Amino acid sequence: MKIRLENLTKKFPNRDKKQGDFVIAVNNFDFEIPDGKLVGLLGPSGCGKSTTLNLISGLEEPTEGKIFFGEDDVTQIPPESRGVGLVFQNYALYPHLTVQQNIMFPLQNLRGAEKLSKDEMKRRALEAAKLVQIDTLMERKPAELSGGQQQRVAIARALVKMPKVLLLDEPLSNLDARLRLQTREEIRRIQKATKITTIFVTHDQDEAMSISDLIVVMKDGVVHQIGKPQEVYDHPTNLFVATFLGTPSINVFNARVQEEQLYIGKEAVLKTPGIADSNVIAAIRPEGFLLDREGPFTLQLDRVEVMGRDTSVVCGHEASMSDVIRAIVRTDSVVDEDKDTVRFTLIPSKVHLFDPATEEDLPFTL
Amino acid sequence: MQKRKLKAWLYLLPALLFLGVFLVYPLIDVVVYSVEEGFTSVSQTYDGVGLGNYNTVLRDPDFLQALKNTVLLVAITVPLSTLLALFISLGLSSIKKLRNLFQTVYFLPYVTNTLAVGLVFMLLFDKTETTDGLINLFIRIFGGGAVDFIDGPYWAKMFVMCFYTVWVVLPFKVLILTSALASVDETYYKAARMDGTRKGRIFLRITLPMISPMIFYLVITGFIGAFKAYSDAVALFGTNLNAAGMNTLVGYVYDKLYSEGGGSPALASAAALILFAIVLTITCINLMISKKKVHY
Repeated sequence: MKIRLENLTKKFPNRDKKQGDFVIAVNNFDFEIPDGKLVGLLGPSGCGKSTTLNLISGLEEPTEGKIFFGEDDVTQIPPESRGVGLVFQNYALYPHLTVQQNIMFPLQNLRGAEKLSKDEMKRRALEAAKLVQIDTLMERKPAELSGGQQQRVAIARALVKMPKVLLLDEPLSNLDARLRLQTREEIRRIQKATKITTIFVTHDQDEAMSISDLIVVMKDGVVHQIGKPQEVYDHPTNLFVATFLGTPSINVFNARVQEEQLYIGKEAVLKTPGIADSNVIAAIRPEGFLLDREGPFTLQLDRVEVMGRDTSVVCGHEASMSDVIRAIVRTDSVVDEDKDTVRFTLIPSKVHLFDPATEEDLPFTL
Repeated sequence: MQKRKLKAWLYLLPALLFLGVFLVYPLIDVVVYSVEEGFTSVSQTYDGVGLGNYNTVLRDPDFLQALKNTVLLVAITVPLSTLLALFISLGLSSIKKLRNLFQTVYFLPYVTNTLAVGLVFMLLFDKTETTDGLINLFIRIFGGGAVDFIDGPYWAKMFVMCFYTVWVVLPFKVLILTSALASVDETYYKAARMDGTRKGRIFLRITLPMISPMIFYLVITGFIGAFKAYSDAVALFGTNLNAAGMNTLVGYVYDKLYSEGGGSPALASAAALILFAIVLTITCINLMISKKKVHY
């Protein structure tokens, strides 16, 4: 099922009236989510991700705008009739019911022509449980399950009515680091198996990047960029997207362009054809630094951190806008730690320039 | 090791002393009294040891009347007050405006003195030569005949007694249940809404199980409290409860202890132990049921 949001806006009344009458949680969303994809809504806390999810589920009513499932306008349709499965951040499993009873709960609400026999309900519950691999735990109570298992039960309960859309609110935030990796693979697998259009909310860019077909980067109720994870990472449309994606995060410098050369501090570090002379913000991915004794870019060497897979060179620079600069280099490269400075050449595709006023991307020809 | 043990006993001593003197010894003494047949408080002598006191008490029409009154009171007021409290708390938690005001109003009876309330109830229900009382006035308006609730037929007196008890115990139950309802996580209701669960089913399958520990607590304390009813009856019907036919088990024990001629501690002890046995049995049954029905 394709989902289309049209000028979707949600305002909440402001508790502190001094700051205006309304807080705009979701501001004029206008995008389409293609059928059968896994989509990550990504943004920092309080950016309106969960509100967006609640609007799609129908738990919240939009202030303005419309929501379409396929060609049908569902804006006025109550949540239970939308064919949506929602997995809550804290799972909201009923603690007094067994796993089986929890999964069957939505089916037992069906009435009239949709009403199912008890055996049919059990069969479907088992089917959903098998899909998320918890079919051996049917008689347990939620308290007797691990966090990851509870998560699966919640997904099974959301899937049992065969929804057209599956929504997951911060699905991994309550799990420990190891389970998180495992569960995100699991979500990917379940989504592939069911082919249900799935939207999940997260503030963890790793999570979003690793499993999504498409990510929607949001901040303060505004969509900043939509695209395939790699695309968004390689071509951020503004400074926020560039800084929000990637660990370690991108290194940001005050810089200027003069005669198609990028100057950071006094050094001309890169050719930037197509950019007019002006002050710019230069953002360089950690992997965009190449150690080079003759390189044009000199940084104050602070320390070298060995990570095993690669090595992180921590540096400083007067023009840097962040506290430290991190360059990721290969483990076999040699950094002389006794020296005060270290020199780099930059990889052009890993360098992004932004207008200091609008923070929009300034593309240059590579 | 020896020294540490001594220290432990030393710390426990104050509590042990008080519990021993004021709880354990009297408890044992009650059992001893209850089996001493023909005990007279004047000479502090008894004829023999046996179950004669129990026999006497169980054949005493006053005791049987008190037992009947108490059981009726328990059977009517415990379920009624708990259900009413549940309805009121559900109502309270579904309104937003004036909620605090209503909560305070419902809680007022709890901080009011029992005897004062009893007096007010008596004035409301009493029918004297000069006035029929406020309640009878209303009954008249709706075309009924005046009833003497305080000194009239048994059902009328029982009605006042139950009405009064429910009124007195309601605020505490409402307080407990409103906070229990408020503590149910909102996302359960959201999840239920997503699944299109009907209101009745949400209440029966989600709300009720979630607050069942609190309901169970109220039922147990309600049973015990109602079995111990006494001051309420005195407030409504005066001190001569046997004459009014409205005595309770605790009232009977009290009467036996302080009746003319020094009273009969042996009979009072026997009656008290019968009450204890009843309360114990009911509490055990409650606990057994709760294991199946209460979800912690």
